[in-house]
Amino acid sequence: MGNDLKRTALYQWHVDHGGRMVPFAGWEMPVQYPAGPLQEHHATRQIAGLFDIDHMGQIEVRGPQAEAFVNWIVTYDVSQMNLFDAHYALFCYADGGTVDDLFIYRLPDPQVSERDYFFLVINADNRDKDVAWVKAHAGAFDVEVKDISDKTYMLAFQGPKAPEIMNRLTSVALTEVTRFTALQDTIFGDVPVLLGRTGYTGEDGFELFFPVEHALKVWEGILKEGESDVVMSIGLAARDSLRFEPCMPLYGHELSPTISPIEARLSFAVSLHKDFIGRDALLKQKLEKPERVLVGFELIGRGVAREGYPVIYDGNEVGEVSTGMFSPTTSRFVGMAFVPRDIARIGTSIEIQIRNKVVEARIVKRPFYIPAYRR
Amino acid sequence: MKVEPNARYSKEHEWVRKEGDLFVYGITDHAQDQLSDIVYIELPNVGESFSAGEIICVVESVKAAADLYLPIAGEIVEIHEALIDTPEVLNSDPYEEGWIVKFKAADPADWDNLLSPQDYENLVEEE
Repeated sequence: MGNDLKRTALYQWHVDHGGRMVPFAGWEMPVQYPAGPLQEHHATRQIAGLFDIDHMGQIEVRGPQAEAFVNWIVTYDVSQMNLFDAHYALFCYADGGTVDDLFIYRLPDPQVSERDYFFLVINADNRDKDVAWVKAHAGAFDVEVKDISDKTYMLAFQGPKAPEIMNRLTSVALTEVTRFTALQDTIFGDVPVLLGRTGYTGEDGFELFFPVEHALKVWEGILKEGESDVVMSIGLAARDSLRFEPCMPLYGHELSPTISPIEARLSFAVSLHKDFIGRDALLKQKLEKPERVLVGFELIGRGVAREGYPVIYDGNEVGEVSTGMFSPTTSRFVGMAFVPRDIARIGTSIEIQIRNKVVEARIVKRPFYIPAYRR
Repeated sequence: MKVEPNARYSKEHEWVRKEGDLFVYGITDHAQDQLSDIVYIELPNVGESFSAGEIICVVESVKAAADLYLPIAGEIVEIHEALIDTPEVLNSDPYEEGWIVKFKAADPADWDNLLSPQDYENLVEEE
């Protein structure tokens, strides 16, 4: 494995605990632990799982024009966010293609007045591109942009038992922290932590941000607190199947410079009533309706549809699978694909070209798994 | 890693065992561990013939698809159809319950040229 791959502060812990390390987005990350992806997946759905996601990046935006600036570069209208709110959004190019998807937190900051600070969480693979993108557009605004990825550690603690376990570690009662909000607290004696009731698994739970030097203490501390509940560490393979079942997009699959958030059906994160980079293109697409859209499908014939496999309708290749796999929670072979809008109806019969054979499939409702916090 | 003493092995991590006039074929413990949770298998058809090293079936784990190769030429006599509904057996018991096909070798002497359990173990250690 090349020396140019980055390692998180928990690299040695992963190796010592049987983590199978693989290259991912420029990092050497555990794809699974000895329990394996299926057991890790089920443990997260049924109990709770802990994820090292420090490869993800964080950007601070502060200053008198922070709100105006963030609103110019992201699709979601952040002026409607209250302090401690968290929301999903996207950076788009002027043509509506996607630079990246991200989570935005509006937080108080000691350096600036109350509504002048935002904390952006971005994908590992896009970190350099995103930081350059944000900085390139900051010139006209009175803001300071800072990439704080290296000193900020990020973990996710996800699953039905996560709130109860986390609640034993925080001084604030976590019942106060509703879905898509955050709190600041101190845990394990001296670890200042930002705790977002967010995550990318379809389960209740948290994402934690804290100074990198505390990585091992927090990681081991949560595992120890959850020991009697059999909380597990979770690798990238299960992280992918967990985000896939609730049909959460993954950049490079359901989003890219040539895929817009409208095509990816993320309108909930696109506030067309305000101006932002890409707004005109997205508005046009929304009004005229996109030519292709993301759908969910289920295989009727036998096989596993993987990314890039052709979608066939009426004998013609009409699209491509963006993500496909066995869904452990529903025990179905399902996938997501971009297809022409006129066939994107639930129940439409399609076929997937799986290697040298054509397998019958049907467009079905998304998501395959309804997130726990939406039920 | 478990190695079955009565089998012989391929560099692609498959095993072949003699059973009367026939041969039984499967994947090794190392292979199932590397693949991790297997969720699907596409079996060949009875009566199909394969040359040595030809792809005979595909297994899919949670993460990816992997081709399996028949290390010696032969004709499929029996397939382990129960694997279609319980592919996880390939992980839990690769040498017994997880057998994949039985085949008639074009030349039974080819079996002697496969890797011995010891050679196979050495190969895995070198990887």
